[in-house]
Amino acid sequence: MTVRTRLVLFAVSGAGLGALLLWGLAGLPDFGHFAGEYGRLLNSAAARERHVTNVVAAITFDYRGFDTLGEEFILFAAVMGVALLLREARDDRERPYDEVRSETVRLVGLSLVGPLVVVGLFIVAHGYLTPGGGFQGGIALAAAPALLYAAGRYRALRAASPTGLVDLAEGSGAGGYVVTGLAGLVAGSVFLENFVDLGKTGMLAAGGTIALVNWCSAFAVSAGAVLLFHEFLEEVMYPE
Amino acid sequence: MSYLPYALAAWILLVGLYGVVTSRNFVHLVICLSVAQSSTYVLLLAIGYRTGKKAPIFTSGVPVSLGAVDPVVQALALTDIVVGVTVAALLLALVVEIWKRSGTVDPNALRRKQK
Repeated sequence: MTVRTRLVLFAVSGAGLGALLLWGLAGLPDFGHFAGEYGRLLNSAAARERHVTNVVAAITFDYRGFDTLGEEFILFAAVMGVALLLREARDDRERPYDEVRSETVRLVGLSLVGPLVVVGLFIVAHGYLTPGGGFQGGIALAAAPALLYAAGRYRALRAASPTGLVDLAEGSGAGGYVVTGLAGLVAGSVFLENFVDLGKTGMLAAGGTIALVNWCSAFAVSAGAVLLFHEFLEEVMYPE
Repeated sequence: MSYLPYALAAWILLVGLYGVVTSRNFVHLVICLSVAQSSTYVLLLAIGYRTGKKAPIFTSGVPVSLGAVDPVVQALALTDIVVGVTVAALLLALVVEIWKRSGTVDPNALRRKQK
């Protein structure tokens, strides 16, 4: 198919799709006037039922926790796919020496690594109290080793995140979610039932299993992101 | 104008698809796909918005009776953002493999090579 026929085809089908979309979207409630009962109900019930203040986290890790389990396994499968495609046996080779030369970049960048870890852990830990959670905090945590590479050198990134440890964190993050779900099945009656003591609203020790699967997600997400850094940087460091 | 955010989502989807159709580079194609995908976030969050309401986070001092925007669509968007990034990474890994095997990242050139 030439570029020209492809464009013509897209113009026709794109216009059709656009018209259909606009027609369908016009049937939605006016912007700002959404009246979904489900969300309204959860907003008023989450604090009372689950003792957490962040309703989004309560939905992600409890009310619709099964959805999140699926999402997490998409993430797991995608990361494993990248490792499968790009990982090669290279560990016997000398790691390249690519230290950042600018003292200023090194000083500022490397001194931010520690605070970044703390911020990441804070976002994860308080995920069900304030804005944040395992997904957002996990990515923030993964930024710390990335900064080790960007402001330091590649060997620092690999030294700070040994492959075995990253793989373990990735696997136990995804596995821990399932185990928590199965524990709910054993202790209660349904998969992912919130069976742990709910604690006091507004405290870190609250939310029952929400706190557990929140940390599992944080492990899976941060380890997944670090694993992606490894595999792609390895491609840059050792061109074929 | 109250349907403008929805129309914006449709526009982002179509712009992304246009990029996919006309792409001359697989890396560019993956990014275009991410653009098209992000239209769902705009749509989800636009649907869940309720005028004058705040975020669905009731930290101490915020009474639950005040209400908030819809939290369900936010939860959907939040997990998908991270998952979308990793799926994009998987596609980019495929691009790396294509480059290694055929020495090109142009979909058209790849087709010519196959003939």
